Amino acid sequence: MNLIVFSGPPSSGKTSIILKTIDALKQRDISVGVVKFDCLYTDDDILYEKAEIPVKKGLSGALCPDHFFASNIEEVVKWGNQMKLDMLITESAGLCNRCSPYIRNIKGVCVIDNLSGINTPKKIGPMLKSADIVVITKGDIVSQAEREVFASKVNSVNPRATTMHINGLTGQGAYELSTLLFDEEQQIDSVQGMELRFPMPSAMCSYCLGETRIGEAYQMGNVRKMELGDDYE
Amino acid sequence: MNKLTIGQLEEKYPFIISYFEENKLDTSNYKDKTFREYLDSFSQEDIENWAINKEKLESDLETFIEQMKEFLGIKEDAKVKSLTILSGHNKSGDKEGFEELTINKSEIVSIVGPTGSGKSRLLADIEWTAQRDTPTGRGILINGEMPDKKWRFSSNNKLVAQLSQNMNFVMDLTVREFLELHAQSRLVQDVEETIKKIISAANNLAGEKFDLETPVTSLSGGQSRALMIADTAILSSSPIVLIDEIENAGIDRKKALELLVSEDKIVLMATHDPILALMADKRIVIKNGGIDKIIGTSNEEKELLLELEKMDNIIQGMRNRLRTGEKLQ
Repeated sequence: MNLIVFSGPPSSGKTSIILKTIDALKQRDISVGVVKFDCLYTDDDILYEKAEIPVKKGLSGALCPDHFFASNIEEVVKWGNQMKLDMLITESAGLCNRCSPYIRNIKGVCVIDNLSGINTPKKIGPMLKSADIVVITKGDIVSQAEREVFASKVNSVNPRATTMHINGLTGQGAYELSTLLFDEEQQIDSVQGMELRFPMPSAMCSYCLGETRIGEAYQMGNVRKMELGDDYE
Repeated sequence: MNKLTIGQLEEKYPFIISYFEENKLDTSNYKDKTFREYLDSFSQEDIENWAINKEKLESDLETFIEQMKEFLGIKEDAKVKSLTILSGHNKSGDKEGFEELTINKSEIVSIVGPTGSGKSRLLADIEWTAQRDTPTGRGILINGEMPDKKWRFSSNNKLVAQLSQNMNFVMDLTVREFLELHAQSRLVQDVEETIKKIISAANNLAGEKFDLETPVTSLSGGQSRALMIADTAILSSSPIVLIDEIENAGIDRKKALELLVSEDKIVLMATHDPILALMADKRIVIKNGGIDKIIGTSNEEKELLLELEKMDNIIQGMRNRLRTGEKLQ
């Protein structure tokens, strides 16, 4: 089974892109399933069900969603193999822009949109910088010039990636993406022992452990202070 | 690269300053050090905090320099002179109604057909330089040959620029700042001269004039389109322009097409407007996901075009009189 990890900021168009890409894969008789990771809420699973795509969803709730991903991916891969899928896609919302759930030697796709602002490529960390393929969406809403500027900013933070424009509504470009995703040679039976491409941030302060009171007296563990300058005493 | 200092690198490849900027690398105190030495100056804590990957930054910089060198070095003979579409099949699997179509630079071809008939698929085939490997089975040749893979994968050497119907700006900038940003991203040498050229071309197309200090968000629909068409004609390095219907939003459409072809572009235009469709030398008729036929614009049609233009001028004239508060007779 092929395993593909999709991530990207909320509402960047991940689900639309995945749906259109699966359409193209189905035409080639490749069976695809999706596992949707989210934090508090998602009804994307209904969209996948409607399209008759095997789907599971996982809500991380109070946990960091990328930690949740890493703790569950092994079981998710098992499910995909039981379902006898040719390809399993995981979709996760990159919420803090510091992490990425990409795994070494497993294709990582980052979806970002043209509307998110010209400095966005600078703000997003490994999720964009270490992706193999960067999909830029919502190009029909902005001008050709803005698309070019945005793509050049993406290129300067991740020159290795294949950067492509896809229209999530019409699907223009989705077929092309599907040809980059499927690899007949790749057989993932398990991700046991594989490595994340980038370490997640360290945490463990008193607030991680349920502290709710504010003030220095209650702060323990991994605590960092802002620099507010000389005028602050 | 490993032996040059950052200062020497910047002198040799000025574009890497944008690489440093976009990756938030402040190299100002390390001009006489190599990039490796600069990266080694980060503490383990910095690396964790700012999600820095030293190996990736280093190899990415190398890739970036290679890409930019290639982009800057695109030579005259590497330019696109013609685009050839080789026939595939329609949705039912029937062969398309043509053998091959070659479009040369400075030529305009229009595309007609009902919504959902497969125009997007044709545009996508061209964008992706299809090699019988897309659902239509079409092939695309550039200058009569199998195209270089760079047209598929590089974000700098894009074959196609697309002027879509929507012309909203999401950046909060003046026209000058906007054009500067775009010119920089295309590594233009003489930014000031290019900006002047674009604004004068844009004002030549737009009904109402605007200047460089106007915020792009306060441009009217016609002004935005005029600016974008001028910008695409002059600044975009893509040799093929796809236009998705230029509506009659206060711009001179004839001049717009003339501007695009005068910059040696190949223009493909999806339209149902008879004036625009007949302005093209040929039109592609799409049905059921395939090219049904290709019609050359006949002399009779060219004469009809003159009639249509006369009618259009009457309507335009009335529109302008309404705008200036006159009574119509």
